[in-house]
Amino acid sequence: MIRHDDFMEVPDGWGFATIITRRDFLALTATGLVVMVALERFLAGQEPVRLPQGRQGYPTDLNAYLHVGADGRVTCLVGKIEMGQGAMTSLPQLVAEELEVPITSIDIVMGDTDLCPWDMGTFGSLSIRQFGPILRTAAAEARSALLQLASEKLKVPVAELRADSGRIVHATSPRTRVTYGELTTGKRIERQVTTPATLDAVASFTVVGRSVPRRDALDKVTGKARFAGDIVPPGALHARILRPPAHGATLSSVDTSAAEARPGVRVVRDGDLVAVLHAHRDEADAALALVKAQYTPSASTLDDTTIFDHLVTHAPPADVVREAGNVADGAARAAQVIDATYFNSYVAHAPMETHSAVAAIEHGKVTVWASTQTPFPLRSQVAQALMLPPEQVRVVTPYVGGGFGGKSAGRQAIEAARLARVAGVPVRVVWSREEEFFFDTFRPAAVITIRAGIDAGAKLTHWDYTVIGAGERGSEHIYAIPHHRTLARGGWNANSPGLHPFGIGPWRAPGANSNAFARESHIDRLAARAGVDPVAFRLANLSDARMARVLQAAATQFGWTPKPAPSGRGVGVALGMDAGTYVASMAEVKVDRATGRVQVTRVVCAQDMGVLVNPDGARQQAEGCITMGLGYCLTEEIRFRNGQVLDGNFDTYGLPRFSWLPKIEVVILDSPDLPAQGGGEPAIVTMGAVVANAVFDAVGARVGQLPMTPARVKAALA
Amino acid sequence: MRPVSFSLNGVPIRTVADERRSLLWILRDDLGLTGTKFGCGESVCGACTVLVNDEAVRACAVSASDVEGTRVVTIEGLARNGELHPLQEAFVSHLGFQCGYCTPGMILGAYALLKKRPAPSRDEIVSHMEAHLCRCGAHVRILDAIEAAAAAMRGGLR
Repeated sequence: MIRHDDFMEVPDGWGFATIITRRDFLALTATGLVVMVALERFLAGQEPVRLPQGRQGYPTDLNAYLHVGADGRVTCLVGKIEMGQGAMTSLPQLVAEELEVPITSIDIVMGDTDLCPWDMGTFGSLSIRQFGPILRTAAAEARSALLQLASEKLKVPVAELRADSGRIVHATSPRTRVTYGELTTGKRIERQVTTPATLDAVASFTVVGRSVPRRDALDKVTGKARFAGDIVPPGALHARILRPPAHGATLSSVDTSAAEARPGVRVVRDGDLVAVLHAHRDEADAALALVKAQYTPSASTLDDTTIFDHLVTHAPPADVVREAGNVADGAARAAQVIDATYFNSYVAHAPMETHSAVAAIEHGKVTVWASTQTPFPLRSQVAQALMLPPEQVRVVTPYVGGGFGGKSAGRQAIEAARLARVAGVPVRVVWSREEEFFFDTFRPAAVITIRAGIDAGAKLTHWDYTVIGAGERGSEHIYAIPHHRTLARGGWNANSPGLHPFGIGPWRAPGANSNAFARESHIDRLAARAGVDPVAFRLANLSDARMARVLQAAATQFGWTPKPAPSGRGVGVALGMDAGTYVASMAEVKVDRATGRVQVTRVVCAQDMGVLVNPDGARQQAEGCITMGLGYCLTEEIRFRNGQVLDGNFDTYGLPRFSWLPKIEVVILDSPDLPAQGGGEPAIVTMGAVVANAVFDAVGARVGQLPMTPARVKAALA
Repeated sequence: MRPVSFSLNGVPIRTVADERRSLLWILRDDLGLTGTKFGCGESVCGACTVLVNDEAVRACAVSASDVEGTRVVTIEGLARNGELHPLQEAFVSHLGFQCGYCTPGMILGAYALLKKRPAPSRDEIVSHMEAHLCRCGAHVRILDAIEAAAAAMRGGLR
């Protein structure tokens, strides 16, 4: 039975459940063992991770990552945040493993810029694969320090000691032992690490590789979990901000007198920001509705049908992502060539928690509680907006109610800070759903053209690929092709000004969803043209044994029987690589020819993601990817016209629902020889193609544009 | 402005509010119960679901005057005497959440279903929960959790 004693506690109105003040923190770290890490040499040997433009890399100075207190408790300090992906649970698992302490002795402080070491943000499925080794090294250093301290205290050589369950124990006389707390009490010991430690072999892991209960579970089922919008500093007022009707429209006149006449309402203005403030959110809403404003119209004339031509004509020049051989030579050897274009739409992140932030200013220091994936970059942005040094800004990240890339953008936090300064009281900014759909940094629309061929033996001869809009992530093909060229024009992080009619940004596995959709659809077309089963076609054209193994694992689980498409069965396959993880997906669909409606009835997903830290957590992420992915496959697209976003809420923007659920089977391959790879994104990248390929197999019609709405499926059938 | 009286999580509450104000913001802003979440403001996401006389309602669409004299239960009031409700336990043990933002509404929506239909079929659970949105894709686990809780409750837990 799970006990939870203080569930009826009414929040006292101030602070986040686990917030630690700077003073508490200094008291905590005044004694005990503190491990500082300098990151430069860690990242040098790592798989290179391309940083988005304008983002700095990890700092090279020393930062505290770990503290072992006199009570034996271990505190990890990490700049990552918890948005549902489970890092709050899996990162302490790594520490428990290296430091030989029970996971229940570990506390974690996340996403607080005053307490945690600098971090670029929580995105790219990097928490475990890039940050994990750093945290493990800090923990290994702490263990080595504790062994040294114990050796001095027990007067026994280090070689005769071992760490076990929060104690250092003599190997042959287990009664000679001392707890971590006894070793660190009453003094401050600081250790500094500049080189990666020798880490435990996977085979000896006892905590990593097992599913452990999530630390956020109790908070989340009892309503105690605090999100940014739940933080209420004394005297805080809700702000509702006047918004333009369209992107590109500018305010020409405003009359706030009727709003100001309402009791308790304040109207404040800071440059372009006009806001009504009230202690109650619904009163602020009502007051905002009374503000009369005139705008000059937006100059944008684009809509969701003309955007694709616009992208083709206005996207920046091509970058070569990868090239080998000569595509013209390959084409000369081809028996069959297929030339096709694929389209993908703008989609919203649509986290259930809208962008929220609360800002309070005390003695010139700004504290912002924000729903953000990037607390440290956000601190810089807030400081810049307020023209303050970064030390004068603290960003605190409570639980984040979903991000998917969208909360890498922190406009709402800057708004809250600016309004708090002009109002002289703490200010809460919680975007309405309409604001969320207006200011979201959408996944960019994409146009992808592929010209590729096969020889008489159904081997790929050449591959000429150009992606416009989506970006290069996932654009490289994964097959054995002698002559190929992959070009990218623009992308979610590289655009010419004015290319998109509103903000765009990273969306779960940014770029890779559009690229995998196009590539794997095209491979299926080639297989069908050759009259070869799509799994056999892929296996015959793969040179990467790891990918072949993942595909075979999926086929075994699915019970795939080879037949060329369209077989009428409604089954499909697609492959992908993302965040270092290999994915093979198979799906079964039913297509209603009369209505064009697609129901996905089964999805099998096999993944090779290296060492598995938390198996159930990894499965859960894959299930989430599959379920979320159904939305961009079937319904999700932002409709817009002349700068207006026409979808403002969930009544017209269709998220996946319970009735859509296919039977989901996730297979995770045992792969102890590969370091832990990413898990939050890979399984979503194959969803567009696996469903499109299954639709083709069912009805013989190829849908080349996502989402595959009933209208598009019917058009393909016609 | 007028006084409004109702039972909140078993405790009699008397507050003063404009009768048009929504229960959602009375709970969150006036009474400090932030477990009830704002998601859409138009009754189309389910994040603000609470129980009014054991029926699941969207707190954003219920006014102060609508709850006069009723029994309101929010997520903060579901556990009793230090014990989680079987639904809460099942959401923990089946990992029926990821970011946790839709979770209070999911649990209370399921509570209302099980009150009426103690042994629902999987299809009945799906159709009852259809109006609740989850963006993280925790759906499979949520359905599993509700089924498990129903089984546990039929075992006489509550």
